[in-house]
Amino acid sequence: MVSRGLQTIAGIWRSRRIPLAWLLLTRQPMRLAVALAGIAFAGILMFMQLGFRDGLFEASVTVHKLFDADVVLLSPRTTSSIGMASFPRRRLVQTLADPDVIGISPVNWNLLLWRNPEARTTRSILTLGFEPDDPIFLDPSISSQARLLQNRGWVLFDERSRPEFGPVAAWLKQGRTVETEVSGERIRVAGLVSLGPSFGADGNMITSRETYQRLMPSSPPGSIELGLIRLRPGADPDAAVARLKRLLPGDVRVVTKAGFEELEKTYWRTSTAIGFIFTLGAGMGFVVGCVIVYQILYSDVSDHLPEYATLMAMGYRLPSLLGVVAREGLLLAVLGYLPAYVAGQGLYALVRSGTRLPVVMDPQRALLVFTMILVMCLGSAGLAMRRLGDADPAEIF
Amino acid sequence: MRSPTANDKQTAAAAIAVRDLSHWYGRGDARRQVLQDVELSIDPGEVVLLTGPSGCGKTTLLTLVGALRQVQAGSVQLFGSELLGAGRRERQQLRRRIGMIFQGHNLLRCLTAEQNVQMGADLLADLGYRARRDQAREWLRAVGLGDHLGKLPHDLSGGQKQRVAIARALAARPELLLADEPTAALDSRSGREVVDLLRRLAREQGCAVLMVTHDPRILDVADRLLRMEDGRLFDQDPEAR
Repeated sequence: MVSRGLQTIAGIWRSRRIPLAWLLLTRQPMRLAVALAGIAFAGILMFMQLGFRDGLFEASVTVHKLFDADVVLLSPRTTSSIGMASFPRRRLVQTLADPDVIGISPVNWNLLLWRNPEARTTRSILTLGFEPDDPIFLDPSISSQARLLQNRGWVLFDERSRPEFGPVAAWLKQGRTVETEVSGERIRVAGLVSLGPSFGADGNMITSRETYQRLMPSSPPGSIELGLIRLRPGADPDAAVARLKRLLPGDVRVVTKAGFEELEKTYWRTSTAIGFIFTLGAGMGFVVGCVIVYQILYSDVSDHLPEYATLMAMGYRLPSLLGVVAREGLLLAVLGYLPAYVAGQGLYALVRSGTRLPVVMDPQRALLVFTMILVMCLGSAGLAMRRLGDADPAEIF
Repeated sequence: MRSPTANDKQTAAAAIAVRDLSHWYGRGDARRQVLQDVELSIDPGEVVLLTGPSGCGKTTLLTLVGALRQVQAGSVQLFGSELLGAGRRERQQLRRRIGMIFQGHNLLRCLTAEQNVQMGADLLADLGYRARRDQAREWLRAVGLGDHLGKLPHDLSGGQKQRVAIARALAARPELLLADEPTAALDSRSGREVVDLLRRLAREQGCAVLMVTHDPRILDVADRLLRMEDGRLFDQDPEAR
């Protein structure tokens, strides 16, 4: 098998011809540079638009991902992280009746007003309240600071919050005591965590439920916005969700952790124009790229029409000449994609540091953009090929 | 007046056998006859020169014999295959057996001399890449351009380009060579060199040559001289040179 494969490869290698498509492109460096710049531009545009779109959706679940939970309880009125409704805490306690449930943690979740300790302006901050003894976070750097929150009025501040919240992280690192007001109550920043802003919240802070009660006196002590449920190792979350739905009345909603993240993403996807806008932007990049590649290939074929006619007169078949144009398209796609990919990586890093959005080059998007560039180049090559039909070998004598 | 195809019995072995060939351009009232009852036969290894005033139909005859144009009336046989009614694919296959040299060199601008010649050799499907490349080099050496393998066409002189074009045409091992005023763009010395080369290489390959020319300085290379006037073909008396 292997030797036959090698023989086939050797056969193809032996029967190879002058790489006409490659030479046509590379012996006209200016035209190639323009084509590659156009394709790379289209690719970068697609990378950016799709990156922003996915990054924004991904950012919307930064906080959701923090929790060490298999199943979560929500109020049926909860629409998203900026519209968290409360439900009675006893529903969470009821879930302990299920044999697979090994741990539960109540969490309060709301947007509160934070006063910038330097500029004294206020801004909404997403606040989580939990029992400091509960191991609810996957990130050990949060869990290790949790005991600090046992002091009333102490909070952990997200150092990746937008700068409008004040130079909290910088001050803290200098050793200063940072104190400010949240909802008119004095709090003290006890430590820093690293989460990142999302659609709904420009900043985050974490505190104990006790402190939360002080900041939100109107919220009854027995009500929570989120109930975290940990299952026995190896238990099936979907089966547990089905059982808990039967067990609990209709005033709570039971979803898996993945379902919780999906709920949030769906909210932003369906109730905002973000998905549409960025997909449209990527589509524009695609169209611009198509026009550029078509122009380049069409004029390339037109310029070389007498040469193509000569090759036809020599006995080259039309399909093999069409293949030359197709290979030009393929080469342009590959050569144009590489700079787009590299620039995309760089710009993603820039976006990450500038906006703190989790925009990363995931393989799926890299493949999607490559496929789009490929379709763009081969489609344009296909259209440019029609010009080859005008090559008449009888005209060249 | 003696018909050029007096040796009718030999047509089966001939590279080209043309009988009663007529051709028209245009349609309806604008229809104009460019070839009238042309008879022609060329044997392998024979060098035939075709002269005549411009517009008399020489180039049309060349494109018909070269399987570049559909035959309208009469018969054109190439190596025994009839071109009348032959399809696109059939004509393309036949063209692989014909070498063509044009008035302009028609080299591919983006390819070096060696690569241009190899475009001809690449049509030989049974040879490996290296063998075809070596052949391309061999042919360039044969036309005296062994030192210019890697040069692009615009770095070569007119005569050198035409010699590359000859090497390209011969690299495909043609059985018939068609040339349209190959010396038109050359000075007398390089023109002379080019036709001498063409004749010698064609002889060695046993390849028939049909060359259209206006150049009186090269008529002596011909085995046979034909003259075309108003779409009719005549044998030219060798004494009249």
